[in-house]
Amino acid sequence: MKVLVTVKRVIDYNVKVRVKSDNSDVDLNNVKMAMNPFCEIAVEEAVRLKEAGIANEVVVVSLGSKVCQEQLRTALALGADRAILVESDDVLESLTVAKLLQKVVAEEKPGLVIMGKQAIDTDNNQTGQMLAALTGYPQGTFASEVKIEGDKAQVIREVDGGLQTVSLTLPAIVTTDLRLNEPRYASLPNIMKAKRKPLDVKTPADLGVEVKAHTRLVKVAPPAERQAGMKVASVEELVDKLKNEAKVI
Amino acid sequence: MAILVIAEHDNSELKSATLNTVTAASQMGGDVHVLVAGSACQSVADEAAKIQGVDRIVLVDDAVYEHQLAENISLLVPELGKDYSHIVAPATTSGKNFMPRVAALMDVAQISEIVRVDSADTFDRPIYAGNAIATVQSLDATKVITVRTTGFDAASAEGGSAAIQTVELSKNAGTSLFVGAEIAKSDRPELTSASVIISGGRGMGNGENFALIEKVADKLGAAVGASRAAVDAGFVPNDMQVGQTGKIVAPDLYVAVGISGAIQHLAGMKDSKVIVAINKDEEAPIFQVADYGLVADLFEAVPQLEQQL
Ligand SMILES: Cc1cc2nc3c(=O)[nH]c(=O)nc-3n(C[C@H](O)[C@H](O)[C@H](O)COP(=O)(O)OP(=O)(O)OC[C@H]3O[C@@H](n4cnc5c(N)ncnc54)[C@H](O)[C@@H]3O)c2cc1C
Ligand SMILES: Nc1ncnc2c1ncn2[C@@H]1O[C@H](COP(=O)(O)O)[C@@H](O)[C@H]1O
Repeated sequence: MKVLVTVKRVIDYNVKVRVKSDNSDVDLNNVKMAMNPFCEIAVEEAVRLKEAGIANEVVVVSLGSKVCQEQLRTALALGADRAILVESDDVLESLTVAKLLQKVVAEEKPGLVIMGKQAIDTDNNQTGQMLAALTGYPQGTFASEVKIEGDKAQVIREVDGGLQTVSLTLPAIVTTDLRLNEPRYASLPNIMKAKRKPLDVKTPADLGVEVKAHTRLVKVAPPAERQAGMKVASVEELVDKLKNEAKVI
Repeated sequence: MAILVIAEHDNSELKSATLNTVTAASQMGGDVHVLVAGSACQSVADEAAKIQGVDRIVLVDDAVYEHQLAENISLLVPELGKDYSHIVAPATTSGKNFMPRVAALMDVAQISEIVRVDSADTFDRPIYAGNAIATVQSLDATKVITVRTTGFDAASAEGGSAAIQTVELSKNAGTSLFVGAEIAKSDRPELTSASVIISGGRGMGNGENFALIEKVADKLGAAVGASRAAVDAGFVPNDMQVGQTGKIVAPDLYVAVGISGAIQHLAGMKDSKVIVAINKDEEAPIFQVADYGLVADLFEAVPQLEQQL
């Protein structure tokens, strides 16, 4: 079975982003970028499926500008076999990403697609579900365990009330939650080897998809700041403040 | 044109997230209809009919919708929803699961987790773990939206008298099956609707020590939450995680115990009215958002707190 994994280049999760002074967007100049943490988990899961003999090829895809090659190389160093960059400098909304991925899926015919549940920049949490809709595949979102049994994937999903298990007929789309696995680090020899692995570049035009805007970003503003609070010296003082000042207990 | 709200329920009871979603929908301008899709869920429709500000209930009662499988619900909603201006659902794990499928099948964008309605086509939503608020205008004819419940007050559950329209429409994609669920049972309030929450982090040391904060929770009628580190370490189950990628909460009082205050955790709780932090490290970033900070060892402070309540 071939496994397709999507990796998105995003701001490093440790960086607190700032809004540009003209409120046009956030400022990503000279900000550290990295692979979306949920995509790292997706790559890890695919590589483990290969190590377990369930997958025979892991193909990683990223969509965006040329620099996304960095994240694809990282994925190759982590154990993916080859990479595809769908290169575009336009803003790619989730629906467009899903349409482009639909074409990649049609060409590659994977048995399983593993994606992050959420990109930590847009916080959209929708691209995997959209790709599932467009391909007609079932989906196991927010997965904390994936088991492949014959032509079925059994997926344990993290839901608000606890856990839910679903059985999906392959091919299917899985989106990863944090507890699915703990991603490995790339070793130096593997980083060197990754440089020689194949990386194909395509454009939206090659795939026959028009990049269309469904939304307009009107402005981006910083969130309301909280008023600086105070330190209390003791539990007594804390209880007193909560009762008599904040009046919340 | 009217607005279609998708009710969240478990086939017997309506979930309160629906009430906040109705409030958001009513700010979009137009009649508000509520879709109750499920199996043997007449009681949910009856309950939804009483929500103030709701004009009609659309009830689709069919076994294929019993578990709200996204594959099936997403075939139903576009068909019922094509004449609506907006299709709106709460940004719960259920809404997040099926709504993007609905949007893609309708060839429109989904605007995720709005916290404000600026106008019928323009909405505010947090991005980058809440470190920025984007104002987004939809250019689509049908607006598919999920609502962050903490951004909107709950509509009154009583006082309405909407008519219930029954629709027969069975859509089974046949590609997925519900196998089972492990739903946490607790006598405490639900995290997302509790007015007081006390959460523990890695500083709790282990799962048994959560008993310390549970005792405080019992006295305050509070829900118990956790940081991801506490969940990852296996102290508590995943449904207790508060944060960017867990539950978003905004209670009147949030008490963070042994939690450092990573941006991903703050994203889930910084809209709480009053924040208390108990941490032994006075440099912990959680103190930057806390109204009342207590620098102390939690193993001394939390039992004292319990005694004094
Ligand atoms: C993609 C991604 C998504 C994430 N999503 C979330 C999310 O949704 N929610 C979330 O919470 N995290 C999330 N995280 C993790 C986040 O980055 C932090 O790692 C996590 O919040 C840290 O949890 P913590 O504060 O409990 O642990 P730590 O950062 O280890 O802090 C423990 C704190 O306890 C204090 N302490 C220790 N012992 C005592 C004592 N005896 N008395 C008093 N204080 C004590 C310490 O001083 C310290 O401040 C995410 C991370 C990633 C990469
Ligand atoms: N431009 C992109 N390139 C690669 N993968 C993407 C891209 N956008 C979204 N994805 C995938 O979809 C997941 C969910 O993203 P989102 O719906 O934007 O929160 C991400 O974790 C990625 O796996």
